[in-house]
Amino acid sequence: MKSKQITRKETVSSIREFLITALIKAAGYSAILFVGMIFLFLLLESFPALREVELSNLLSSRWYPIEDYYGVLPLIGGTLIITIGATLIALPFGVGTAIYLSEIAPRWLRETLKPLVEVLGGLPSVVLGFLGMLILSPYLRIWLDIPTGLSAFAGAILLGGIAIPTVVTVAEDALDAVPKSYRDASLAIGATEWQTIWRVTLPAARSGVLTAVMLGIGRAIGETMTVMMVTGNAPILPTGLKDLFSPVRTMTATIAAEMGEVANSSTHYHVLFLIGIILFLISLAVNVAASAVVFRQKKSQERILS
Amino acid sequence: MTMKLSARQHKQRLGFSLLTLMTFLTVIPIIGVVIYIVYLGFPAINLEFLTGFPREGMREGGILPAIIGTFYLTLGTAIFAVPLGIGSAIYLSEYAPDNRATQLIRIAIINLAGIPSVVYGLFGLGLFVLFLGFGTSILAGSLTLSIMTLPVIISTTEEALRAVPQAFRTVSMSLGATKWQTIRKIVLPQALPGILTGVILGLERAAGETAPILFTVAAFFLPSLPNSPLDATMALPYHLYVISTQVPGMPIKIQYGTALVLLVFVLSMNLIATTIRSRARAKRQW
Amino acid sequence: MDFLVPGHLSQYNLYVQNIKRLLVLTFIILLAGCSGRGISAQDPSQQIKIIENKGSDTIVNLALAWAEEYQVIDPTVQLSVTGGGSGTGIAALINGTVDLANASRRIKEEERDAALENGSDPVEFVIARDAIAIIVNLENPIEHLTLQQISAIYSGAINNWKEVGGEDRPIVRLSRETNSGTHVYFLEEVIRLGEKDNQTLFAQNTLLLPSSEGIGAEIRQNPNAIGYDGLGYVNDDMKVIGVALADGKPYIFPSAMTVNNDQYPIARDLYMYTNGEPEGVIKEYLDWILSSEAQEIVTELGFVPITK
Repeated sequence: MKSKQITRKETVSSIREFLITALIKAAGYSAILFVGMIFLFLLLESFPALREVELSNLLSSRWYPIEDYYGVLPLIGGTLIITIGATLIALPFGVGTAIYLSEIAPRWLRETLKPLVEVLGGLPSVVLGFLGMLILSPYLRIWLDIPTGLSAFAGAILLGGIAIPTVVTVAEDALDAVPKSYRDASLAIGATEWQTIWRVTLPAARSGVLTAVMLGIGRAIGETMTVMMVTGNAPILPTGLKDLFSPVRTMTATIAAEMGEVANSSTHYHVLFLIGIILFLISLAVNVAASAVVFRQKKSQERILS
Repeated sequence: MTMKLSARQHKQRLGFSLLTLMTFLTVIPIIGVVIYIVYLGFPAINLEFLTGFPREGMREGGILPAIIGTFYLTLGTAIFAVPLGIGSAIYLSEYAPDNRATQLIRIAIINLAGIPSVVYGLFGLGLFVLFLGFGTSILAGSLTLSIMTLPVIISTTEEALRAVPQAFRTVSMSLGATKWQTIRKIVLPQALPGILTGVILGLERAAGETAPILFTVAAFFLPSLPNSPLDATMALPYHLYVISTQVPGMPIKIQYGTALVLLVFVLSMNLIATTIRSRARAKRQW
Repeated sequence: MDFLVPGHLSQYNLYVQNIKRLLVLTFIILLAGCSGRGISAQDPSQQIKIIENKGSDTIVNLALAWAEEYQVIDPTVQLSVTGGGSGTGIAALINGTVDLANASRRIKEEERDAALENGSDPVEFVIARDAIAIIVNLENPIEHLTLQQISAIYSGAINNWKEVGGEDRPIVRLSRETNSGTHVYFLEEVIRLGEKDNQTLFAQNTLLLPSSEGIGAEIRQNPNAIGYDGLGYVNDDMKVIGVALADGKPYIFPSAMTVNNDQYPIARDLYMYTNGEPEGVIKEYLDWILSSEAQEIVTELGFVPITK
């Protein structure tokens, strides 16, 4: 009698265990499902664009969809120049601040400043765009003596600002993770702290710092509202770094501005999805590169430390 | 006896000053921005602003529908993203074997994290609003936002789970508990602060995003609060966008007041998450 | 499910209790939100009818003002208003997802065909009239321009203010986005001078700004800028340019009078489209919009009321 009861209870709990394990396993694989779904959907909806629009049109330098000009190059160029500009700002300031916080600042200062930097990361992009529109762009017009402050430069500054917290957080963690013994050894053989930072600590943390920068870049590429409000949205193909001071139109702003208008299954609709999939692939490339670097570093660290 | 500073030490002084300058150049604008928004937005904050409906073409009255809308969207996102995200993280941390399939999952999560928010909006429009026919609704918006939030929740939860020492699990299993019992009664509770931090940070991002909700849920003006998930709703980030770009004669203090409310909403979530994280670090049992 | 654990993990219990409290609070807020609809809750026999109004960003503030007024008149009807541009509204009409589409331009042939294919039959109503004002910064010395000059400026043929008698400054062209009916109207009637075969386009470096305030914000502080928008969006901190049909013709400033006299060269009708002939509450609302009471609101907002 007793053994039968135990068996039934065990059976019930093992069925429950099985079900829960199955659910968890399903949850685990869900990420693949979602990415696959998004990619497939983007692909299916963008493919007709390649059939309906000639390649010469897509590769032209005029984007004016209501008259069937679908040149995406100015848009890609716009995203690129803003991203480069934002990186040029986020890299020095982000890494510099991370080094300062991790290596130079006294503990109390670091504990105060680090959350402050994270605050900037939490600022909604529409708030920054709003301030940029009202404050930054008029000043840029006057200081730099350009026709209008609504330019790629305004976008780069704001995007750099948005990317900096990501860079600081991740880079600071990476620098922090460098074993104290490295620094101690360097100081022991007579190097100054400055030399230690640049020749020992930073190189040791280089893959983490690189990841930080690439995550920051990823963030800048994907920004929408801020650039919509401060870059002027003019589809000009940037031909050099001097075009940083002229208005540009990014891929993200284009999708956001034109998305609602398109009637389902129009050519414009499909081309917007084409832009979407280009964005998807670019961010994919950046993120996979960043994590491949981290993966390799982790593996080599595991080998060293084991 | 004073020593003359060597060239190296000069270089160090210079370098340190430069980095200090850079840091403060980074930090001071942040403080400036927050102070500016508080200064210009605070005059607008009163009970009516926070609990009333907009009037006079939204130039007066309050922003309650936007606040409630953002609240509903955050809740909706949590409903979909939290169980799925935590479950997924449990799988990766406790069950997943070290093979190709698991690598594929990790790559998928990295991809999801990198997709620009506007592409999520595009996807959400195409799939949830049009194809599945949910229309411009809280449902469509929450589903879109939840897929966007998933990677953050998964990675922070997984990190929190992994931080729990293996010893805890071994002891539990050796006492006869099943794997799931161990997770539920031992691992999860220990990892909970880290999980909460990640969930709150993820939801904070969802609350502040505009692009994914532009065409999946956001409305310019609704006369009443939404009463079903299939209704559209106003939302704080979108509301700030429209009152700063579409309505002429909008009083400055209303614009900044809305920005302030959004800022407080987002930053208080940040504060809660950070507090949980630091309290947990102090109380850690390993 | 039992989530409480014993003894030393008590801080975990505290978290769980807090989460439970948060869930209860959330539930209460949800209930409050549902019952906060007010008037309708009092009379269960009166059904709430919802009219969805979407489209032109030019019309959106007018639509909002009408919605606010109409809800006082008929509290059983709830109107939701959304912008997104004339194109958005018409697209929604084609998809059948909106009751009233606001448009500051006429529906195009292709759009009408697409609608019919989808089973929608757009019916047009003129609900107000509007003048497109040409606006510049208050410091700009220019007072008038001809239509040809405006066309040349916006197509990129003229690039400096001194070429039209102003200061030596580069011209910064401001425009609405391509999904805006106002943009399309401006392209067809001003840049192309109303000529059907004209293929001229906006200059490539024309700034496409998000909605009217985007244009307003830039005009207010940039002396190089020129912009265009509906009369309802012009404030005292901008300067309105007088427009002449051609060289030698008189310069006219936009106003309700000059629009209804057909004197001002860049004037247009504003439309609402319904899916098929309107019935029931939609018909009542449209009838009210065309009434003198609603048209007074049109004037208040700076647009031009339709003349009977």
